[in-house]
Amino acid sequence: MLSYTLKRLLQAIPTLWIVITLSFFLMHLAPGGPFDGERQLPPEIEANLMASYGLDKPIWDQYFTYMGNLLQGDLGPSFKYKDFSVTELVAQGFPVSLELGLWAIGLALLTGIPMGVIAALKRNSTVDYMVMGTALAGVAVPNFVVAPLLALVFGVFLAWLPVGGWNDGHWKNMILPVVALSIQQIAYIARMMRASMIEVLSSHFVRTARAKGLSESEVIFRHALRPAMLPVISYLGPAIAGIITGSVVIEQIFGIPGIGRYFVQAALNRDYTLVMGTVVFYGGLIVLLNLIVDLLYSALDPQIRYDNE
Amino acid sequence: MTKTRTLMGPVALALAFSVATPLQADTLRLAIMGEPASLDPHKISGTWENDVVGDLFEGLVTEAADGSRIPGVAESWKISDDGTVYTFKLRDDAKWSDGEPVTADDFVFAFQRILSPATAADYAYLLYPIKNAETVYAGDAEPSTLGVEALDATTLQITLERSTPYFLDQLSHYTAYPVPRHTVEAHGNEWSRPDNMVSNGAFQLEEWQSQTRITASRNPHFHDVDNVALEEVVYFPIEERNTALNRFRAGEIDIAREFPTQQYDWLQDNLPDAVQVAPYLGIYYYAFNARDGHATADPRVREALSLAVRREVITDQILGTGEVPAYSFVPPNVSHYEGPTASFADLSQDERLERAQELLQEAGYGPDNPLELMLRYNTSEDHRKVAIAIAAMWKPLGVEVELYNSEVAVHYADIRQGDFDVARAGWIGDYNDAQNFLSLLESGVSNNYGAYSSPEFDALMSEAANTQDLEERADIMAEAETIALEDSATLPIYYYVSRNLVSPDLSGWETNIEDIHRSRWIHFDN
Repeated sequence: MLSYTLKRLLQAIPTLWIVITLSFFLMHLAPGGPFDGERQLPPEIEANLMASYGLDKPIWDQYFTYMGNLLQGDLGPSFKYKDFSVTELVAQGFPVSLELGLWAIGLALLTGIPMGVIAALKRNSTVDYMVMGTALAGVAVPNFVVAPLLALVFGVFLAWLPVGGWNDGHWKNMILPVVALSIQQIAYIARMMRASMIEVLSSHFVRTARAKGLSESEVIFRHALRPAMLPVISYLGPAIAGIITGSVVIEQIFGIPGIGRYFVQAALNRDYTLVMGTVVFYGGLIVLLNLIVDLLYSALDPQIRYDNE
Repeated sequence: MTKTRTLMGPVALALAFSVATPLQADTLRLAIMGEPASLDPHKISGTWENDVVGDLFEGLVTEAADGSRIPGVAESWKISDDGTVYTFKLRDDAKWSDGEPVTADDFVFAFQRILSPATAADYAYLLYPIKNAETVYAGDAEPSTLGVEALDATTLQITLERSTPYFLDQLSHYTAYPVPRHTVEAHGNEWSRPDNMVSNGAFQLEEWQSQTRITASRNPHFHDVDNVALEEVVYFPIEERNTALNRFRAGEIDIAREFPTQQYDWLQDNLPDAVQVAPYLGIYYYAFNARDGHATADPRVREALSLAVRREVITDQILGTGEVPAYSFVPPNVSHYEGPTASFADLSQDERLERAQELLQEAGYGPDNPLELMLRYNTSEDHRKVAIAIAAMWKPLGVEVELYNSEVAVHYADIRQGDFDVARAGWIGDYNDAQNFLSLLESGVSNNYGAYSSPEFDALMSEAANTQDLEERADIMAEAETIALEDSATLPIYYYVSRNLVSPDLSGWETNIEDIHRSRWIHFDN
């Protein structure tokens, strides 16, 4: 297990290097620069700004400087938010995004799994149709539609919850964004859980368990649930990626100070260092989370072992 | 408007107060349009930063509630007869928020700092009227040669390159704010952080949570502190206009500095007391590419295209937020200026279309040789609607339009290269003077996207620049604008309006053309 983990971590280095290098050159290849906008700066001002950020140097020179700084943990200054370095922005935003994301994943699992199980057990009943109908709607309606609707209904009409802002992570401010962020994942997980539960319930070992005279709840909770959850666990990787992508929109709509919103904003502003900073950070995060998911998978499924070789 | 419809807003508001932060009558909650790039007045260039920084600092001259200029740190001034030397007497009670006096030396330090190449201030060019400013910025002269001098602790002398009638107005702009020398020297670039910042305006910085809120409290050392009603101002950076509207409706904020245009009708019906729409110092226009090889290099083509655009349809039916149809390049109500309007403004739509057809025919276009144009705009729902409408208005002329949109950085980078026939553009005045708009049409200016070039226009603009008498100068500039309009140098579409939501419980908010509102004038009614 340990050697496998180390091997995977070593493999991550070239992966990240490729991601960073590609992003760096793509970013610089994109037309328009950080100082292009409605208000063209006089040439001497633009030259001065370019020089102060090192953008007047040849591109390979900038690349090596960037990589050198990166190895020392320095993500550079943000072009747009001049009072902060990229490291500070990421450090400020990440705890917020993490909290939001964890709650969203937690809610998705805690709601999606029971929904799928219930639907599977009551297959082809009204309950099943209702659960699956809701899940279908959840998959179909994008979060940028759900989010403003939730804000309008619960924030404005009913006035139960604040419509935006973070308020240092107050639970009232968290409910709407967490729900908006998890709805799509709840729907996916419920559908996946239902399908895999149905499959497991018709398998031989479940039949054996039933034949032994175990009670239905024992059959489900002791024998069927664990293998039925495997597809959901392997889906956690894409689910986390989905939550991260979703947070880009949700953080913008609810005005939440996470890093998700930097992704788009920084790219539009051609804030090179901030774009790179978020790419480096999310790249590393996704590599790490995929590893965790794989390890979790082996813990749940005895057939999968990584350290046999 | 019916009674039942107007009820919803107040009810929602009243309900909302039960969950929102408890309303403190001496705290103003303001939604600004974005996260400030910085709170250092030398490192910013956006209007939303002005909302915050303008509450924290005060220049030699400052803005009254209605936007007119009143003495700020300077209590009086003298201007030399040739209009090039300004001598300011600073008030004795001007203090930084740590109790230190604001001295003439702080101003000298600030002007030298913003114009020093090391600061890399992107808005420094606004101060180019000051003697040697441009050479200092370019690094060709020492900062000490700048035409700003402290004659003694409370006397400041500014020497200009040449008489600049709008210079006094410009001194209220954040590029001309003093910065506290003692703090900047102690903390370097980190002086503007909440723990370090010292300011001289009506409010002082308490807290800045990036992307969340900025809190400022009343500055006890402010010279006019007795007339500042608010104890605290909280600025919420909210980029999404719909979010700002929702939060306003939920009673979480008192002023939203912008609202979504699509909601205007609803707002007028439901929150009529809160909607504040007023003329704004800006023009939305299309640039014509006058470079060789483009059909729009022919003034007849440009005029025809301009004639066919029904501005009223765009302002009333497509946008519908009070925008004003534009028949000139300089917006109305600009100070000391009475501009011309395009000669065709009086013609009926049929007459305009007829004339447009004639012009295109003269220029050699017709059914056999249709005019083909590439119309570029930067990606935005409103820009798209306007572009589609205009393409449809050109259709009766037999013009075939290819619409092309790109994000803002690409759009402006490309159109500066001349990669367009017709392109969307806009300009918000840096300061309230016609010169700021007309200079966009001077030959060789980088913001002159279409590369329009007229020797007569250029000559008049430089004549105006050397004219001291305000009326005479205005007449010369009007003459220049007339030439630009006759040449159809650009296609003015509409003048911008400012759109704010202001809680009816507030007083001291006055609409003005620059849309500048300092919190020191605002108070709650009860």
